[in-house]
Amino acid sequence: MSPAATNAVDRETIERLEERALFIRKETIRLISIAKVGHYASAFSCAEILSTLFYGVMDLKQGEPDWPDRDRFMFGKGHAAVALYPILADHGFLDREVLDEYTKLGNPLGDHPDRTRVPGVDFSSGSIGHALSAGLGMVLAGRLDGRDFNSFVLLGDGEQNEGQVWEAAMSAAHHRAGRVIVIIDRNRYCLDGEVDEVMGIEPLDEKWRAFGWDVHEVDGHDVSALCPLLRSLADREAPEQPAVVIAHTVKGKGVPFMESEIGWHLGYLSPEDEAKALEYIESAAQRS
Amino acid sequence: MAAQQTIQRTTAESWTLLDLLDQAPGLHALADALIEITEEGAPVVALTGDLKYSNGLVRYAERFPERFFNMGISEQNMVSVAAGMATTGLTPFVADFASFLPLLCCEQIRTDVAYSQLPVRLIGHHAGITLGFYGTSHHATEDLSITRAIANLTVVAPTDAAMLAASIRASVGWEQPIYYRIGRGREPDVYTPAELRDFEFGRAIWHHWGGDAVVIATGSMVAPAAEAVERLRGEGHEVGLLDMHTIKPIDRQAILMASAGGAPLITVEEHNTVGGLGAAVSEVLADKGSRSRLRRHGIPDVYSLIGPPTHLYRHYGLEGAGIEAVIREELERG
Repeated sequence: MSPAATNAVDRETIERLEERALFIRKETIRLISIAKVGHYASAFSCAEILSTLFYGVMDLKQGEPDWPDRDRFMFGKGHAAVALYPILADHGFLDREVLDEYTKLGNPLGDHPDRTRVPGVDFSSGSIGHALSAGLGMVLAGRLDGRDFNSFVLLGDGEQNEGQVWEAAMSAAHHRAGRVIVIIDRNRYCLDGEVDEVMGIEPLDEKWRAFGWDVHEVDGHDVSALCPLLRSLADREAPEQPAVVIAHTVKGKGVPFMESEIGWHLGYLSPEDEAKALEYIESAAQRS
Repeated sequence: MAAQQTIQRTTAESWTLLDLLDQAPGLHALADALIEITEEGAPVVALTGDLKYSNGLVRYAERFPERFFNMGISEQNMVSVAAGMATTGLTPFVADFASFLPLLCCEQIRTDVAYSQLPVRLIGHHAGITLGFYGTSHHATEDLSITRAIANLTVVAPTDAAMLAASIRASVGWEQPIYYRIGRGREPDVYTPAELRDFEFGRAIWHHWGGDAVVIATGSMVAPAAEAVERLRGEGHEVGLLDMHTIKPIDRQAILMASAGGAPLITVEEHNTVGGLGAAVSEVLADKGSRSRLRRHGIPDVYSLIGPPTHLYRHYGLEGAGIEAVIREELERG
């Protein structure tokens, strides 16, 4: 039986996770309208992954970003941090007013997350490829201290090009760090175009399996599949094998004119287009 | 410890890295100091990349196996793992060749350790030209320059085994990350542990004042510089010597005191003359508008030759006699 089938998730939870994914998309648009440039499409492809982790899977305490036993979150594709900040505010880690000044001079929130400035950011990112190593370090340290938290590491698919990812993959399997759970946002695009044209990464599942990992694949926009799968991985008893979930996603998901359009990796919506984008997102909310 | 048993002991003439460990008190000092502070309750973990015999951390691994992590030949992963560990309150000591750690992992050190304000300790061992004929790839003559340019990173080059131990003790509670530049552990003793009881990062140690010239040396160069200075003082030259063990934050006050009398200054480092100690001193002098002449002695801006370390030191004038000759030139220029 697949792990997903063992942990059915109730309808109410599913609706909540879907609603929060839409909230993440809307907040992303609002914040980028302040900065006037940002990674909409990268944020949209992982909106369901983030909502599932932060509202359905991770063990966190409201208002306590430094709780030592909390599950950790590493944002390998840190350029989508704009999607994380509203979630941190929602969890009481960060004042909501700080969001309103996103990227302005002296504000702690930049395009990439900074652990020294933003409570709730477990690790600074921005340089692609470091996050898995950091997440592994936390799990090894937790083990030494008798703490059993999980490190969730969200990697981009373009990030798979980085050598350090594979050093860390080898290392996590070697150190039997079963509390490391990687999610790959397989949205198929990086900055210059399609990942598989810029630098091919397939067969991705076989690569991770060959490195000793427990490999799963899922539709990264279907919270009813994501949530039970991630919960089952998080709840394993004394796991020794690290796990990776290849989440198949659509870059720009939710706004049709952005979906899989490479120009939208980094961009800015005019007020007119912003209204259109919000309309699409709202109508998706009504449909569900 | 099967691997240890299979090491073949060779004769003293054989030049193998592992055998020479027995003659490397400086590297014993590394493991011993780490064991000591761990026993005293410091939350230490030690990491290395397949070099536990080369840096002597094998002793630490035997004493605290659960606190020792061999990360294999994956240095970048190792530095980021250490940063992750530090977020939970541990103090990771990461040891690897100085030719690789700050160069290969420069960006991990900058982004994950220093920018993230995590108290990771990076030990670059076999720095400078100490790996001799292992080849120029194994020489580290840029590490001070690179680490010095990273904000929020303390950079220290301990003089001898006693100072390595003292500086590791001083690191307990030091919030900034630290880059330690050490040699191959066979540097002659300059200090007794008692003389370093008050060791502080950023506070240089005066050996002598000098009205005719002042030598400012760091790390492995303090011992040969002291030898040269003693000879010249014996001849009646008033040559001073300042041990600038901390490159960052540099002891500005000591440099300005050294230059106050207008005597020429001579920096001595086992490093490229670009970007290291000499550069750091020149910045202090220039900022102050000092008129003191500065001679930066070290490896000129070239890739160092291959050869036994002692031959290389002679070639670059970084042994007692070579340093003495440079000081004499400066004395003659007046």
